Amino acid sequence: MARALINAPAKAKRGEVIEIKTLISHIMETGFRPDSTGKPVPRDIITEFICKYNGEEIFRAELFPAIAANPFLTFFTVADETGTLNFEWIGDNGFTATESVNITVE
Amino acid sequence: MTRDDGKLQRTRRRFLAETAALAGAAGIALPLAVEQTSATPESMRAAIKNIVGEAPLNKGKVKLDVPALIENGNAVPLTVSCESPMTQDDHVKAIHVFTEKNPQPNVIGARLGPRAGRASFSTRIRLADTQKIVAVAQMSDGSFWTDEVEVVVTLAACLEGS
Repeated sequence: MARALINAPAKAKRGEVIEIKTLISHIMETGFRPDSTGKPVPRDIITEFICKYNGEEIFRAELFPAIAANPFLTFFTVADETGTLNFEWIGDNGFTATESVNITVE
Repeated sequence: MTRDDGKLQRTRRRFLAETAALAGAAGIALPLAVEQTSATPESMRAAIKNIVGEAPLNKGKVKLDVPALIENGNAVPLTVSCESPMTQDDHVKAIHVFTEKNPQPNVIGARLGPRAGRASFSTRIRLADTQKIVAVAQMSDGSFWTDEVEVVVTLAACLEGS
């Protein structure tokens, strides 16, 4: 399982716009680089990232080889209810990773 | 100095000139050879058209934030933000980022909604060359807005083995 880091506030005021930062360890092999024999190294990237807030999708991104290794994504959401943020990464060669954090809204 | 030496001198001079000319020609040919495996302004336009279709592309509203001078093309911080109230009736649906000279024109396609609160995201990208980066935002009313930035890359993201 790839290591994922999530940085989101544990507590927020109702209606506050909060910033969520995510980082996951992944080589993001582009598929354009030749190996020592000159053949291209097969592509191995994360293709999709999805963030859900209490089951509702708030952010989704389609990633391409131009995303740097260890994809880092920052985005925003409105803290409107106490609950869970679920993160999911899907990639080549059956790669999947999930992570979740809880948020308390006052 | 004998006459033979003079001749030698001349031929060597000619040889040097010819090599220089050859190297020059090769220098022009080489980027062209690389170009074939990379996106071109045309393929970038095609990729943008794929998203936008026949709708007009307006300048403004979107802001693409990338350093103008990039030392390391392997991880370039990029932020795209868009002016929008982000309400149910008026919000940003998607933001796409394209490049001109990377192997592929597409970089990232983000989908947002009114729940985002602020139409902005950041990531780190790879840049293979000094080039133009374009961001396109799709609004909930179906309009498209764009911003472009020219960046200079001193160390390109590795395309050859490293």
